[in-house]
Amino acid sequence: MEKSNPNVYMMQGNTACAEGAIAAGCRFFAGYPITPSTEIAEVLAYRLPQVGGNFIQMEDEIAAMGAVIGASLGGVKAMTATSGPGFSLKQENIGFAAMAEIPVVVVDVQRGGPSTGLPTHVSQSDMMQARWGTHGDHGIIALCPSTVRETYDLTIRAFNLSEQFRTPVLLMTDEIIAHLNEKIELPEPSTIKIINRQKPTVPPEKYVPYAMTDTDIPPMANFGEGYRYHVTGLAHDETGFPTNDPAKIEEQLLRINRKIERYRDEIVEVEEFATEKMEVLVIAYGATARSAKKAVQLARENGRRAGLLKLKTIWPFPEKEIAQLAQKVSRIVVPELNLGQIAHEVEWATCRALPVVRVNRINGEPITPHEILQAIVG
Amino acid sequence: MDYLYYLRQSKMPHIWCDGCGHGIVLKSLLRVIDKLGWDKNDVAVVSGIGCSSRTPGYVDFNTLHTTHGRALAFATGLKIAKPQLHVIVVTGDGDAVAIGGNHFIHAARRNIDISVIIYNNYIYGMTGGQVSPTTPTMKKATTTPFGNPDAPFDISRLAAAAGAAYVARTTVYHYARMDLYIEQALTKKGFSVVEVLSPCPTSYGKLNKLGNGVDMLMYQKENTVSLEKAAQLTPEELENKIVVGVFVDKEQADYQEHYQKVVQKSHNV
Ligand SMILES: Cc1ncc(C[n+]2csc(CCOP(=O)(O)OP(=O)(O)O)c2C)c(N)n1
Ligand code: SF4
Repeated sequence: MEKSNPNVYMMQGNTACAEGAIAAGCRFFAGYPITPSTEIAEVLAYRLPQVGGNFIQMEDEIAAMGAVIGASLGGVKAMTATSGPGFSLKQENIGFAAMAEIPVVVVDVQRGGPSTGLPTHVSQSDMMQARWGTHGDHGIIALCPSTVRETYDLTIRAFNLSEQFRTPVLLMTDEIIAHLNEKIELPEPSTIKIINRQKPTVPPEKYVPYAMTDTDIPPMANFGEGYRYHVTGLAHDETGFPTNDPAKIEEQLLRINRKIERYRDEIVEVEEFATEKMEVLVIAYGATARSAKKAVQLARENGRRAGLLKLKTIWPFPEKEIAQLAQKVSRIVVPELNLGQIAHEVEWATCRALPVVRVNRINGEPITPHEILQAIVG
Repeated sequence: MDYLYYLRQSKMPHIWCDGCGHGIVLKSLLRVIDKLGWDKNDVAVVSGIGCSSRTPGYVDFNTLHTTHGRALAFATGLKIAKPQLHVIVVTGDGDAVAIGGNHFIHAARRNIDISVIIYNNYIYGMTGGQVSPTTPTMKKATTTPFGNPDAPFDISRLAAAAGAAYVARTTVYHYARMDLYIEQALTKKGFSVVEVLSPCPTSYGKLNKLGNGVDMLMYQKENTVSLEKAAQLTPEELENKIVVGVFVDKEQADYQEHYQKVVQKSHNV
């Protein structure tokens, strides 16, 4: 059938993620099958060889995470996708990517946990694992789409941010968005903004891989391009070699934390809906943001002045944006498919100055607009 | 040859103990790379975690010191992203076949064009002498103070069974053989493994009263039998012997060759 607009598709969230990755320049995917993320791997197994890329199914998620780091170090944009149990397995190597400052994208399609949990049911219970899942202190970026089109856009953004900040970026989707089929119009490829890692411009003998630059983001040389250097997960100094010098260790570790925090205004993306003249603010993300938007609409129709703040960036946390809006309201409602992981952060962001009402569910069912409406009405 | 040309001299002294075999393996690797005339920019040395896995820090190539056991996973991505790189994994027995065992057999099965040099010292050196999957039965380690109740892996036979294109075992005492096998491995298309038995006098030697590094080298000298000779000996005669030789040397399509076919087919749809 002829389509009137060739850029319009009926597309599932997982497919949008795969296509977004390709549009972003991803040419390497390593994964291990796990519901509800598997379609991302299946689509990329088909698509990557067609565009000159490589797909590989590894022996487990740990291997997949290692392989994407290796590929990125070889100069190829790389992604892996997984879900709950696999996300747990990837943590050690995510920490390696953070420590060694290797750009990679990790997709976690959230399903019910803990353990094997609810393989085919939705959840948002890995939000804190995204922030603190690895051992040690490091900055992290995590994005959270609530529509199919947003999945496409945020996958591209995840690559851009990872390249710009030399860091792993987590795309925290969920089973509903992943398996939701929506009509979407994809942007013209020429209009998509692509960011590539900054490479060194100095000659190899002058290259300092972890230099303390003004930007806090040292240029990154790819392996095999004339810059021979050392990459390790051990605490290292600016040369990349292991060190026990406390001053050097601290200097580097503070930088890998600071390089995210200082750019948080650039990284944080939120969306407001009906936030003018409101009494109650709903803060939501992912699939739950859809129910929340409906709830806010229903509330407004019933004369209740509610508004929505949708978080598209989860880490670094949009605390400034939340604190500002919180001044306008007497109550905040945070619906989420966990036992209050983000509500807790909202309480911190608002210094507990006003009540934060939780609407939680962990049984694999979504939260309905009416349940959120009830919390809005109070 | 000039070893210093390949060494990061500012990183010396190295961390290895007196009498440790690991430095002997490192020298052999450098001799072979020098003989092959490879450009330093075209070589990547990847490791996991352990005394043996400290090798990359000392050599002037593209070097990657990954997480414990995962060197082959990282190396797989690197090799695919930059096929022109000679990717060499250096690893210990614990790194390669305990925590990294799954990656090891799958890399062999995939026959990806990577060479692995395993420094097998029968023990976890770095963490102070705990039992490893290659510690012989009833030998001592700090976590088997009364002797190891487990049976050991034969790494070379494991690699052979898993599908590697080239597998050989030798000892650091037989350094000319080590050079030959490492050269054959590095020039082999597909997955190649050289298992080098490397003494750890500090832990394995001390716990099992095997003397110093020299004593342990002499043990290697006196107790090594070739694969050919071993075929004629009884299991009793083979007890406590080190069987060395080339276990596998075959031509077979590697991962990249198969993937090229996948690419072709993907264009025909
Ligand atoms: C995930 C993880 N578990 C455990 C360790 C601790 N560890 C470091 S090296 C090592 C064993 C190394 O033994 P082997 O690979 O045989 O190398 P050797 O030191 O003997 O050369 C262990 C258990 C670690 N670094 N990471
Ligand atoms: S502990 Fe053993 S393996 Fe490690 S450096 Fe010392 S002798 Fe070598």
